[in-house]
Amino acid sequence: MAVVRADSEAPIIEVRGLENRFGDQIVHQDLNLDVRRGEIIGVVGGSGTGKSVLMRSIIGLQTPAAGTIEVLGENMVGRSEDEAKNIRRRWGILFQNGALFSTLTVAENVEVPLREYFPKFGSQLMDEIASYKISMSGLPAEAGNKYPSELSGGMRKRAGLARALALDPELLFLDEPTAGLDPIGAQAFDQLILSLQKKLELTVFLITHDLDSLYAICDRVAVLADRRVIAVDTIDRLLQMDHPWIQEYFNGPRGRAAAAA
Amino acid sequence: MAATLASPDRLGGNIFSPAGALTIVRAGSVARELENTPDPLTIDLSRVERMDTVGAWLVHRSVRDRGARVTGASPELQELLRQVAQADHPAPVRPEGERGAVAELGAWTIESGRTLVGLLGFFGATLIGFLNLARHPKRFRYNAVVQRFDVVGVRALGIIGLMSFLIGIVIGQQGAVQLQQFGAEVYTINLIGRITVRELGPLMTAIMVAGRSGSAFAAQIGTMKITEEVDAMRTIGVSPVEALVIPRLIASVVMMPLLAFWAMLLSLVGGGLFCWISLEIPPLTYVQRLAEVVPATDLWVGLIKAPVFGFIIALAGCFQGMLVANDAEQVGLKTTAAVVQSIFLVIILDAVFAIFFSSIGWI
Repeated sequence: MAVVRADSEAPIIEVRGLENRFGDQIVHQDLNLDVRRGEIIGVVGGSGTGKSVLMRSIIGLQTPAAGTIEVLGENMVGRSEDEAKNIRRRWGILFQNGALFSTLTVAENVEVPLREYFPKFGSQLMDEIASYKISMSGLPAEAGNKYPSELSGGMRKRAGLARALALDPELLFLDEPTAGLDPIGAQAFDQLILSLQKKLELTVFLITHDLDSLYAICDRVAVLADRRVIAVDTIDRLLQMDHPWIQEYFNGPRGRAAAAA
Repeated sequence: MAATLASPDRLGGNIFSPAGALTIVRAGSVARELENTPDPLTIDLSRVERMDTVGAWLVHRSVRDRGARVTGASPELQELLRQVAQADHPAPVRPEGERGAVAELGAWTIESGRTLVGLLGFFGATLIGFLNLARHPKRFRYNAVVQRFDVVGVRALGIIGLMSFLIGIVIGQQGAVQLQQFGAEVYTINLIGRITVRELGPLMTAIMVAGRSGSAFAAQIGTMKITEEVDAMRTIGVSPVEALVIPRLIASVVMMPLLAFWAMLLSLVGGGLFCWISLEIPPLTYVQRLAEVVPATDLWVGLIKAPVFGFIIALAGCFQGMLVANDAEQVGLKTTAAVVQSIFLVIILDAVFAIFFSSIGWI
């Protein structure tokens, strides 16, 4: 592994001049974003500002109209599936509703990436890895052989997280992980992410609407508005900016309540 | 990257001393090497630069199962080992209940019985729905019914017409080949006339409608169940049977005989065209001959069967749609079940009708 710059210096995700459009509608224009290794970065923005589109562009599900995206030092735009495979192995993604395979049990879901990338692992080792991932994600062991349809929303998110962590990724993408959870469940999930991030030295790219999550776990917050990232900073610093959306977002009644908590 | 070393130590045990990265990428080979190193085992982690949870797990399970001793672990590695040990709760992986063949057969039988009882219950619920509508005719949804007429009937004309036309030609052609051996080509007309009007017209139409509309009913209602639209309807006070099931039933029952008649007509046209071109029977003779050999009762048989088939198709489609619960996969399963069930029931009923009409002398 040839490391030119020290790892802590080089951004783990580097987006430059990103442009995304659907027909006439321009979602992103000249969007830049750096994510540093080892941080939890929160991405916020009003509905329709393209938070999910940004994530989909970074992970290669959406081909941008222009711009470059580098993840883990590798260019992601226009790469073939096979070429991108080595990078895909190094990240994990939790989709909004878990996106668990409904015909497989939770443990089998966790084993899917393992089987895909490491088919030579014995099935016993595979089962053991699935078991401790399930346990690390805060699910009871009995959930292992349940089908996704038999789980509650919160458990489904945890199962999705277990699958995202299956390959010990360096980078974790979370799309609104606490949406639809009750406050207690959401807080527990926040703490779970925080503790996993510390334990496993993860970099976390977190899309969220949850102000409590932002205050509780994010090192920095990227604000999407006007088709680009208008600011990336700690919440304290963001509060001092006078962009109307940022002020309304963090200084609205909910924002202040979350800040007080 | 330095090689992994397994060497005997002074006390007669073995030291396993991996170097560099002990991560998921190397887990397969490390697991094998660990297995091949005989007990008593000491794992020396002093040369490990990076370890992930999979690496930690391999160390942990050697400690757990073989009483291996771990040396040289830095505080970070010790912490990771502790984390993994904490998460050591074996979870069941595969679904419960791998059943034997007999149990499978039993479960299938019970399931089939339940479905049949459920279908009967659903039939009852629709009858009650019809009675309620009869008492409150204002609640009848004309718009929904007319829209279904369009979807089930008008839009099916093209495909059913084409299919019937081709079937008419095929029957004529196949029949003529056989009958020519006896010099009886002219009986091809009897064959085409009787088989399409009495049997194939309504039956093929029923199969087409089951595939086209029965499946759509199941998928539409099933999707509405998943998105909780059906529940929303109930809470607003709209009966799903009145709003969803009855318009589809009426549309199928009314449209099936019309489509079946259309199918008969196009089959006769197809057969006639074949007779004209291939057997040189002019159209006028064909029509005259048809009128002589196809009794009116054949037409009645076909047209009486068709609405019953339509009813069964719509009933099975709506019933399966209503059975959808939990997840999207069920929509697919129930749609398949709706088509299979309705075609199965249609064919059984067709046999019953055949016996019935024979015994009342409509031969």
